Amino acid sequence: MARDRIRIGCGAGFADDRIPPGVEIVERGELDYLAMECLAERTIARETLDRAKDPTKGYTPVLLERMEAIMPPALQRGIRIVTNMGAANPMGAARAVRKHAADWGCPDYTCAVVQGDEVTEVMRAHPELPLMEDGAPLESLLPRMASANAYLGADVVAQGFATGAHLVITGRVADPALFLGPMLHAFGWSYDDYAKLASGTLAGHLLECSGQLTGGCFADPGRKEVEDLAGLGYPLADVWSDGRVEVSKTPGSGGRLDIATCTEQLLYEMHDPTAYITPDCVLDASGVTFRQVASDRVALDGARGKPRTPSYKVVVGYFDGYMGSGEMGFAGINALARARLGIEVVQERLRRRGLSYEEMRVDLIGMNSLHANDAAQCPEPYEVRLRIAARTPDRKAAEAVGAEVRSLHMQGPTGAGGGVNFGARQILAVKSVLIPREWVSPEIVMERAA
Amino acid sequence: MSVRVYDLGHARAGDKGNTSNISVTAYSEAAWQVLHRQLTPERVLAHFRHLTAGPVRRYELPQLRALNFVIENALGGGVTRSLAIDPHGKSLSALMLTMTLPGHNEEGET
Repeated sequence: MARDRIRIGCGAGFADDRIPPGVEIVERGELDYLAMECLAERTIARETLDRAKDPTKGYTPVLLERMEAIMPPALQRGIRIVTNMGAANPMGAARAVRKHAADWGCPDYTCAVVQGDEVTEVMRAHPELPLMEDGAPLESLLPRMASANAYLGADVVAQGFATGAHLVITGRVADPALFLGPMLHAFGWSYDDYAKLASGTLAGHLLECSGQLTGGCFADPGRKEVEDLAGLGYPLADVWSDGRVEVSKTPGSGGRLDIATCTEQLLYEMHDPTAYITPDCVLDASGVTFRQVASDRVALDGARGKPRTPSYKVVVGYFDGYMGSGEMGFAGINALARARLGIEVVQERLRRRGLSYEEMRVDLIGMNSLHANDAAQCPEPYEVRLRIAARTPDRKAAEAVGAEVRSLHMQGPTGAGGGVNFGARQILAVKSVLIPREWVSPEIVMERAA
Repeated sequence: MSVRVYDLGHARAGDKGNTSNISVTAYSEAAWQVLHRQLTPERVLAHFRHLTAGPVRRYELPQLRALNFVIENALGGGVTRSLAIDPHGKSLSALMLTMTLPGHNEEGET
């Protein structure tokens, strides 16, 4: 049963990631495992609200569309899948997939559901916990808490695969753990073999953002070229039982995978390279080196592992009022002055309506919306787009922002075009706490075809 | 004579909470020498001063000719509640590349 080498592909790097490259890597990647990472920090808070409205929901909304495309070709080839698309309701996700499994040619479907990341009751019992962001007690967030989930590790993913299931569905699991889990399972690595855990965690960290390893987020025409960016392929890792790793990508796909793309992705969302903390280990990536061993194939060396911490990190989602926003465009002679007048008019109208905001932000798109640079020092563009966004606890006040911006069409400066009212959206913010591992009890529950 | 960071290296930005991290990877050994010496956390903070009061920490990975800058309080209060059009600060890699550094010398040709 023990294998000397396995190949793990990445089939998605965020909830709405493109589906065709996921199908392509399944069909052409000669994979053993496919991991799909689809859960951003705050996404799970929104899914928790969905589940509160409908107990069968709460998984990633694109789950069925993605699985319909991916599962049949994966199961035909014996590729086993792990994904965190369970979000706030992993069991609900497994049941939703089961309903369709026979239609998709998977009548003997089995799924291992990882549960136990949801810890809202633990949070309520421990209002004294300090928030990692500012040290304030968790207590202040509890009345507004929408969700609380611990980042579980690769050990539970491996336990899921140990059941023999085709599919392992999780809620909150550390992103690299989705990739380390299959390695633990396939090779039977000890959960205290930190050299191997570090190597697998590094591979997972590089792969978990899909196309960002293979030429996505990279091209700069004339400076850094990426061949066939439109056909960008997703990455895969060949992992040997001794912990060696080489990364590559779907054969025949577009993009590039080399030392430059690997270096950028290594440091993506990494702070101190000597201490990249996951639930499985503390990865020291400060000595990592990359070797180009073939075209679009890079060997990883130098990952070092330190023992895991005694804590799980919990992300707490909480309501933080509403944000309203809108945009309006101006072009031609005196465009900038007309945009500025439009801003003044909107602000004055909101003021005369007696509406106030915790924070309001004004951007001139085309001049300073992304880098917040000093508009006075920008050359005046031919066209400019004003944007106003504001945060307030009052939904109606938030709705008024985009409405006032859009009415500049008829009641603003001359030549106002292309207005958009983005409406109001409820803000789900997140903060974090650490809790002792013993407070969390992950479990595997099986879901099978009837 | 000054040199643009754009001509010396490439960059990628990521986010965690209210913290942006931006890596800069040199195109060559000569470019690395200039970046390593001149692209200091103090200069980066000065360039990002309109976005944050810092602090900025710099980590060095000489074997990859890469620097990693961790810029705190740069994301308008945090990704999830920022009013910015780019709350993740993904475009801030391009802001890093607009920096100019004091010019070439005997080691620093690009």
